[in-house]
Amino acid sequence: MTAPADPTKIRGETILDVDNVVKHFPITQGVLFKRKIGAVKAVDGVSFDLRRGETLGIVGESGCGKSTLARLLMRLERPTAGRATLAGRDLFAASGGELRRIRRNMQMVMQDPYTSLNPRMTVGDIIGEPFEIHPEAAPKGSRQQRVQELLDVVGLNPEHINRYPHQFSGGQRQRIGIARALALRPEVIVCDEPVSALDVSIQAQVINLLEELQDEFGLSYIFIAHDLSVVRHISDRIAVMYLGRIVEIGTEEQIYERATHPYTQALLSAAPLPDPEARDRRDIIRLTGDVPSPADPPSGCHFRTRCWKAQEICALEDPRAVPRAADPHPSACHFAALRE
Amino acid sequence: MSDFETVASSENQAARRGVSGEPGTPGRVGQPGRPRSLAGDAWRDLRRKPIFWISLALVLLVTAMAVAPGLFTRNDPTDCILSRQHAAPSGGAIFGYDFQGCDTYARAVYGARASLLVGALSALLTGIIALVVGMLAGYFGGWVDAVLSRIVDIVLGIPLLLAAIVLLKRVASDSATVRLGSVIFVLAVLGWTTAARVVRSSVITARQQDYVAAARMLGAGNGRIMWRHILPNALAPAIVVLTIALGSFIAAEATLSFLGIGLKEPTISWGIDINNGRVHMRESATPLLVPSTFLALTVLAFIMLGDAIRDAFDPKLR
Amino acid sequence: MPTPTSPPTPASPTPPGEHLLEVRDLHIEFRTGEGVAKVINGVSYHLDPGETLAVLGESGSGKSVTAQAIMGILDTPPAHIRSGQICYQGRDLLELPEEQRRQVRGKEIAMIFQDALSALNPVFPVGWQIGETLRQRLGMSRADARRRAVQLMELVQIPGAASRLDDYPHQFSGGMRQRVMIAMALAMEPKVLIADEPTTALDVTVQAQIMDLLADLRRDLNMALILITHDLGVVADVADRIAVMYAGRIVEHADVRSLYRAPAHPYTKGLLESIPRLDQRGGKLSTIRGLPPNLMRIPSGCPFHPRCPYVQQVCVDVVPHDLVLGDGRTSACHFAQEVHDDRAG
Repeated sequence: MTAPADPTKIRGETILDVDNVVKHFPITQGVLFKRKIGAVKAVDGVSFDLRRGETLGIVGESGCGKSTLARLLMRLERPTAGRATLAGRDLFAASGGELRRIRRNMQMVMQDPYTSLNPRMTVGDIIGEPFEIHPEAAPKGSRQQRVQELLDVVGLNPEHINRYPHQFSGGQRQRIGIARALALRPEVIVCDEPVSALDVSIQAQVINLLEELQDEFGLSYIFIAHDLSVVRHISDRIAVMYLGRIVEIGTEEQIYERATHPYTQALLSAAPLPDPEARDRRDIIRLTGDVPSPADPPSGCHFRTRCWKAQEICALEDPRAVPRAADPHPSACHFAALRE
Repeated sequence: MSDFETVASSENQAARRGVSGEPGTPGRVGQPGRPRSLAGDAWRDLRRKPIFWISLALVLLVTAMAVAPGLFTRNDPTDCILSRQHAAPSGGAIFGYDFQGCDTYARAVYGARASLLVGALSALLTGIIALVVGMLAGYFGGWVDAVLSRIVDIVLGIPLLLAAIVLLKRVASDSATVRLGSVIFVLAVLGWTTAARVVRSSVITARQQDYVAAARMLGAGNGRIMWRHILPNALAPAIVVLTIALGSFIAAEATLSFLGIGLKEPTISWGIDINNGRVHMRESATPLLVPSTFLALTVLAFIMLGDAIRDAFDPKLR
Repeated sequence: MPTPTSPPTPASPTPPGEHLLEVRDLHIEFRTGEGVAKVINGVSYHLDPGETLAVLGESGSGKSVTAQAIMGILDTPPAHIRSGQICYQGRDLLELPEEQRRQVRGKEIAMIFQDALSALNPVFPVGWQIGETLRQRLGMSRADARRRAVQLMELVQIPGAASRLDDYPHQFSGGMRQRVMIAMALAMEPKVLIADEPTTALDVTVQAQIMDLLADLRRDLNMALILITHDLGVVADVADRIAVMYAGRIVEHADVRSLYRAPAHPYTKGLLESIPRLDQRGGKLSTIRGLPPNLMRIPSGCPFHPRCPYVQQVCVDVVPHDLVLGDGRTSACHFAQEVHDDRAG
């Protein structure tokens, strides 16, 4: 195993470049002849890049578009607009053989270990399926051995190759999902809430496994989660999403210690801390109301309806995520400032 | 980037990663013990149901009659002598003789074959149509679903017997095979809709599962996803519906043969015998009652069997 | 020095019968086709007016089953209460006939759940649902029940309460639905509110709002609150005392500050060390090895021994009793003092 994360890897070359990606789901009326009456703006212009060997955390509340973003990157949904390149290949334009090559290079670990494994297939079939779909990845005779190696890599007993998913616990099933994602030796793995369905004492095991695998195989992660503590632990850089947009993006330290966007500040202040001593010292920013519907987001800055700093300009002008004077990292707020 | 071969071969890998306990240890509240499979639960449930065992026994009995009628009677059902018209039971003819002087019991036993053949083949054909239509509609959705679902609605709106009468009236041939084939074809063409709806809804459920998304992300094509991931999950409910349909197809065949537009003599069929028995009911009721009872029990057995399995598989009824 | 006490003795020195609510040595099994699962194995805790007790545990620890037993909403079968008492104001609820039990449920002790959407009936307006209890149990007129429903919705801070009375549950957001459910639970002015994972399904910012609301209500109405959760962060923010459950037992019971400062049970210690922290970027997380036990085959001795870093032969052989560590703290560990000092020292 290599030494703990080398800080210089943050400056590694870009492997995934996402540029202004948009996904609008049409809202339709009528049965046979559908009429478009609106759109849910699930992802509304998201740009970021992912560098080799780094972990980019994406945090946000439900409905912020982080899972749709993952599905777009995995080509489970078609984007409405935007571009993305993975190791120089156009992600959204690819089809046929080109798409297969891209899929070999980017895989996903899903949230729910109970629905992400086909209950009627054995563990061997599940982890071996990537080799059946991409026969060139492993010669036929070596597949069983490869599957057993993968089980070993994720900390499961290689002899359990003929068991069914229901014979494993949630944490073990998540390891099976990780082994399946690793099978084709991708460079990028998108982790969509990989530990949020697991018990507290099991979460740490899976997080450690993901970190070890990253070091061993030089993986780059996009780590999507709503748990701010988990994201801080595993990420090098973090993007905060709100209503389909990235409102702030920066290094782990910039986001957690020097956040300049009011939403990030509110999110951080509201996260429960496992420290009763801090209870009285804490200064929680209490946001009022709920997240507006992505079918009808507020004009200008999407956050302005819940923001205590909102002024006239926030309704008129959409703030761009650019480095702000308060701290030199991109923050999409007209009044970006450090919290006093 | 390191290689799996080199890295994974280290023997203490599993130990280092902290292999977590034995598989099969539970985690969920409210269902202590080993996580269980739906099929296992269903089987446990079925095992305790007398209805299941009774209907299964009846189905096996009728199937045995259809395959090897010689095991049940030594008499030839076509050995009819008019002098034995409505004669009392004698020899192997435990229910006596009918108007033509044929062995009533032997005819009923031999009638099982035509009934079961029609029932099973119609159900099979129905199943194939239902799986194809239901799979396409459920998997592709959109306009494919809209068109196919409307077709299902239209076919469902056609009264089965009425349409069968109209269609079979056009079959002029008296060849036993042609008539058998026509009846099977007509029943299947008119009777696949319920099964197709069931398949469609289970395909839609399966299609939304995460493991289907996982396969797609690996690059699996539509064919592979349908075959490996969706079909196995849609098959069980379809089989249940088809078992019930099999019973009603047998009843429909008897009705058509009774009306004289289904199977025709010399084919032996419960429907034909019921019709003949009805004509001479006043002289002797047995030639009517025996095939009617065979028919009723067979239809009931298939419907009960299908019902029992469906209940066992339906978690909502637990 | 820790002194062994018998398990039924509550952690506090108050004699039995003087607490508002007291669970004593409760044993519950689930009898299934595959065997008997020992879900609750001698749980005791108590609650005084106006205080917040957090019951912390992972799935399968029995934290929710205990609450369901208090409410009398356990499905029996498969559940079977083998022994124990649940005393409310000195009366054993388990002895009461169903008729009197119903009087307690809702009126004295109420409960809210994680999933507000399925706890509310989708075909009735929320105002009607809040008022239903009032009409049925207190015989209020329709108009009075409506008026009271508005008050309750205002109490749980639903904006524009009067105008939302005739809205249906699906027209409310997750956080607002949770408020509606709390309003329903408060309709009869219960003295004890049991909240089973009330914020688990909610977003961080909404979660903070709901926890604030519960804390305010508890103070204003002088209610006692049992907060059932798996989230160590939520507990630290609101609880007075905390009971940590593992494999159907309370393994540690302490006031929240001293427990976080120096846990005295290896399981609690392991949990606290295994969670990533928001305020620091740690290296490798320490983990609790292995998996929670199968409740049909609970390990001998201390049920935590196969996963415990402090394990000795005595842990395999002898079930540990609650050791009292001063300040009314207890820990069901043979080496409670060592574990406690490990952290402090």
